[in-house]
Amino acid sequence: MAADVVAEEAEVAADVDNAPIIDLHDVVKQYGSGESAIFALDGVSLAIYPGEYVAIMGASGSGKSTLMNVIGALDIPSSGDYYLDGIDMASLDENQLAIVRGRKIGFIFQSFNLIPRTSALANVELPLAYQGIKIKERRMRALKALDLVGLSDRLTHEPTELSGGQQQRVAVARALVTKPALLLADEPTGALDSKSTADLLDLFDLVNAAGRTVVLITHEADVAERAKRTIRMRDGKIIEDTAMVLA
Amino acid sequence: MNFFEMVRFAVRGLVANRLRSALTTLGILIGVGSVIILVAVGNGSSKQIQDNIAKLGTNTITVMRGGGGFGARAQSRNTQGKPLTVGDAVQLSDKKSAPNVKQAAPVSNATSVCTNGSSSTTPASFIGTWPSYFEAKNTKVVKGTYFTNDDVTEGRRVAVIGKTTASDLFGEENPIGKVMRCGGIPFSIVGLTETAGSNGFLDGDSLIISPITAVQRALTGYGNISSIVVQAKSAKVQDQAQIEIESILDKSHGISNVNSRDYRLLNQASLLATTTSTTKVFTVLLGAVAAISLLVGGIGITNIMLVTVVERTREIGIRKAIGARRRAILGQFLIEATILSLVGGILGVIVGFIGSNFMIVGVKPVIVPSSVFLAFGVSVFIGLFFGGYPASRAASLRPIEALRYE
Repeated sequence: MAADVVAEEAEVAADVDNAPIIDLHDVVKQYGSGESAIFALDGVSLAIYPGEYVAIMGASGSGKSTLMNVIGALDIPSSGDYYLDGIDMASLDENQLAIVRGRKIGFIFQSFNLIPRTSALANVELPLAYQGIKIKERRMRALKALDLVGLSDRLTHEPTELSGGQQQRVAVARALVTKPALLLADEPTGALDSKSTADLLDLFDLVNAAGRTVVLITHEADVAERAKRTIRMRDGKIIEDTAMVLA
Repeated sequence: MNFFEMVRFAVRGLVANRLRSALTTLGILIGVGSVIILVAVGNGSSKQIQDNIAKLGTNTITVMRGGGGFGARAQSRNTQGKPLTVGDAVQLSDKKSAPNVKQAAPVSNATSVCTNGSSSTTPASFIGTWPSYFEAKNTKVVKGTYFTNDDVTEGRRVAVIGKTTASDLFGEENPIGKVMRCGGIPFSIVGLTETAGSNGFLDGDSLIISPITAVQRALTGYGNISSIVVQAKSAKVQDQAQIEIESILDKSHGISNVNSRDYRLLNQASLLATTTSTTKVFTVLLGAVAAISLLVGGIGITNIMLVTVVERTREIGIRKAIGARRRAILGQFLIEATILSLVGGILGVIVGFIGSNFMIVGVKPVIVPSSVFLAFGVSVFIGLFFGGYPASRAASLRPIEALRYE
């Protein structure tokens, strides 16, 4: 199983500039219908290639979180096509979506979203458990991931016993432990102080330098500056994309 | 994710929420335990009443004066007709005409105040009879001796007394060999009967039993007797014995029409049947109380299970976001609910069994096996259903809906 992921990753790395890892065509997300319909996403088309570091910016209500939820397969678009790593997401059922989330995507949330009353190590092991990986290998990989984020000395601590920065680093370890092709972060620094923010962004740089695609949502300009490409949204539409300007 | 893994997750989930797990278990425990104990108390009290009746004597038929039924006709028969006599008792003891009768004893009831110095008592029953009465009525002497046929023939004023009478007259002292005065006439005490307890109306230990000859000479006079106690050879031949009694008494009382008999028979079996149906009502009543407590317990379990799942909807969302399939989540919650229900149910059964070993409001509970299965089954089912159903709904939510849940 682990070998698969590694091989997949190698393949992804080799495909740079060929096929986009995220490919959205005219995606619409609509709440309600008729007169009172609200379009959270109003015809978004977007391609993100392997190895990119993208920041999605916008005011609250601009649709950036909805976009991230669609990209992360947490939500289903009302219309339009979405290909993740070449897979048509509309063709997958509930279970297959869960597998894709587990294998290809690592999530980081503003509110950390660690499982309460559960140790850091157990939290990081969890996604591997859902993939059916053996306990011994699980333990080894989780320890490695926690070591990477610098929390080797906090293994048995529960979320409430950790600072915000430490909790977010546990979340990063949990996101990275499955070796996903894509790291999705929704306002990851929103609840952190400046020191923790800097540490976390350094960690993202490191992850991206290793060839992993990173997409992060933020409304802080200094956070977005660290990304190589910035997408701005307003009213469910992309109004600026630095990649397009370059092209 | 295999089954073993899910069990590990479930146990971890339960341990992570210790207090809630403990409270849920406690709720189920109380529900199951209380049903078992309540039904056991009902059953125990009904058994106790039956035992008390059995204590009055087995295979015993009591012959009493007066016809059956109520009202004016019965009244007139009671006063007309021929009274029972010691002679009737002698005839009923005849092995030839009544082969199925083991023995018979005449009973003469006296009413008298008995004294010992300044202490006095009025026994609930003061009986003059033959020694065969003891066996027929299942009355045992635990201290001292019974009186003998010789005592009856000689008319000796000896007496076997009950515990209440003994303590009324002699306090803590050993009454054997002492003398009490009943109606001014001295009776020497030879034996103390086994504790009989109360039947609810009469104190069975406020008792004096003496030779019938002595009682008649000293107190009642040699006239009619109150009743005759007859013991059949076995429960099986009780009906034949009853027919023999009727034919003997019909003859000696000169009765041709069975509807105009001047005596009636009371047998222990019919008394038992009447009381059994009475106590059944009691058991049904307690059963209803138990069923209500099971229902209330069930609603408690339902409540906790629902709250647990709702409270953990966000956690379900997180688990889905990091790749958990519906089956894995449902499995974990179902196993959690199963463990809680089973542990609570088993502890409840244990508590029920332990609790049933104690006397509860004077009743020794006797466990009804079906109540154990019912209480256990219902609680486990409720735990599983109301743990499983909302979990299944939560597991079907889209991850973003579950994650947004606050």
